[in-house]
Amino acid sequence: MSRRKTERLLNLVICLLATRRPLSAEQIRQAVPGYDPDNDEAFQRMFERDKNELREIGIPIEVHKDPWEDDPGYRIVREAYELPEITLEPDEAAVIGLAAQVWQRASLAEAAGGALLKLTAGGVHADLAESPLELRVDTRDPAFPALWEAVRDRRVVAFDYRSAGSESVLRRTVEPWGVVSRRGRWYLAGHDRDRGAARVFRLSRITGAVSTLGRPGAFTVPEGLDLRAMVGYQELPNERVAQVRVRKGSCPGLRHAAQAVRAGEGEWDEAEVTFADPERLAGWLASLGPDAVVVDPPDAREAVIRRLKGALQ
Amino acid sequence: MSSDRLPRLLALVPYLMSHPGAQVPEVARLFGLSEKQLVDDLQLVWMCGLPGHTPGDLIDVSWDGGEILIDNAEAIARPLKLGVDEASALLVALRMLDELPEFQGRDVLGRVIAKLEQAAGEGAATVSSQVQVEIGAAPDAHAVITDAARRGRRLSLRYYVPGRDEVTPREVDPLRVVLVDGRHYLEGWCYRAEAMRMFRVDRILDVEVLDVPVDPPAEAEPMDVTGGVFRPSDGDELVELELTPAGRWVAEYYPCEEVAELGEGRLRVSLRARDQSWLVRLALRLGDSGRVLSPSSLGERVTATARQALANYETV
Repeated sequence: MSRRKTERLLNLVICLLATRRPLSAEQIRQAVPGYDPDNDEAFQRMFERDKNELREIGIPIEVHKDPWEDDPGYRIVREAYELPEITLEPDEAAVIGLAAQVWQRASLAEAAGGALLKLTAGGVHADLAESPLELRVDTRDPAFPALWEAVRDRRVVAFDYRSAGSESVLRRTVEPWGVVSRRGRWYLAGHDRDRGAARVFRLSRITGAVSTLGRPGAFTVPEGLDLRAMVGYQELPNERVAQVRVRKGSCPGLRHAAQAVRAGEGEWDEAEVTFADPERLAGWLASLGPDAVVVDPPDAREAVIRRLKGALQ
Repeated sequence: MSSDRLPRLLALVPYLMSHPGAQVPEVARLFGLSEKQLVDDLQLVWMCGLPGHTPGDLIDVSWDGGEILIDNAEAIARPLKLGVDEASALLVALRMLDELPEFQGRDVLGRVIAKLEQAAGEGAATVSSQVQVEIGAAPDAHAVITDAARRGRRLSLRYYVPGRDEVTPREVDPLRVVLVDGRHYLEGWCYRAEAMRMFRVDRILDVEVLDVPVDPPAEAEPMDVTGGVFRPSDGDELVELELTPAGRWVAEYYPCEEVAELGEGRLRVSLRARDQSWLVRLALRLGDSGRVLSPSSLGERVTATARQALANYETV
């Protein structure tokens, strides 16, 4: 944006804030320096663009259409424009400072920075108190900004998606209810229109761009929706116990996780490891190679043997 | 940057109105500007004002001796209200903080959230509850470590390294406790490694606070974790794997230098690792959902280790 344009916009904001009565476009043209005095069409175009730019940064321009006037009038209502008075205690200001540094990527980092500047300008002292805590949330998935906007505006989205372990990519059309980060990974929860049911999607498995369909406000989010419960996969309790032989002096991680370890014969100790899913247990135990052997139960033992055979190149 | 200028000016003027006599360097730092840029902003503001634009209508700004005084800017004396994205970005982050042990039993977050929601108006409150960051329960050691970092006390740890499947004792001067990618890390000077290290808090098996003040060497600088915690170096060996759809998770969990689609959901990935034994473990875990393409020495090691392990199942 050129310096002249910034000047013109700032003068326009001051003019519309200072006026009590709505001003017509022609009055604004006279009052604000920088508008074309001769070419009506050029002025109209420029004035339209300026209004749009002010609205984009969140400035509420009110339009008055009086039945007895030909031209609409414009003004900015102070109460709608101004940040309300906000006073924060020192501990409150310190957590705002902490929260403002959380986001690591452009869109939200800029939004949080902008908010902090406005609060500071409004009299809040949000200088960071000395804290050893640092919190960073990354929104690295390319789909994130589009989904944030879609959730905000309640717009239907469509994207290509590859389900876990799937060989193919399918087009999905979703009413986005929310976006949740769990263990550092982002998920979209919503109503899948093709399947007619609630579904969860991992953002990293969305391929290509997210497009929006239709108008804002196109659906309602179910009341009392528990997004976290949707996204949190059911963690089964570790109700089963595996008997595992562990080579003496090896596998400290397994020994730490085991509910019991007994000295066994020869080069082996005997460990009891609790688990829920034999495949998950098998992945872990196969990775320990010749230092651990599952004795029981048979399904877990077979799963480890299958993995080890699969790893024979 | 220039498109942000108008929003910045609309915050700068109210700041200066409420902080008469503010110093140029301090204000420049606060607004993320060079002193030259700030003075340029002040010159621009000085050209603006109420319709009429006679000297009496214009905003009056001076910065003699670096002390900024502003007058005649009542129309824009308050900052613009928070936008929905701005308020939501803060609110989502504040609700996330609520899960830290640091804030358990304190009402400060509730107070701030209520004040912000009130200042932001509707919209922001709704959006910010639809975007959530769950960080889950912090490991037990978290509170102890945070407190030691705040008080500047050395720690003695027993730390588990899954890549090598070993537990090592370490003395660490704690500097920060960082949350990255949903996990908590202790960052500090490790006397065993004689270097800065990040320790995953959930892998600290034991922690003891020593009655020794921290005394890290001058080169103990915080690490840049912007690109993630796990950063392989160029000297590490480059490895190529082929993954079936069931093995694609590898590309999501580990930073890969290259990821190529091979069709039918199969992937070819290349990644760097400091330690071949970690890769052997990964290949064993993958079973037939992964295959080592190169180097061939790694493939041979995986095969040999799998044979040894299978031999156990014939005898045990």
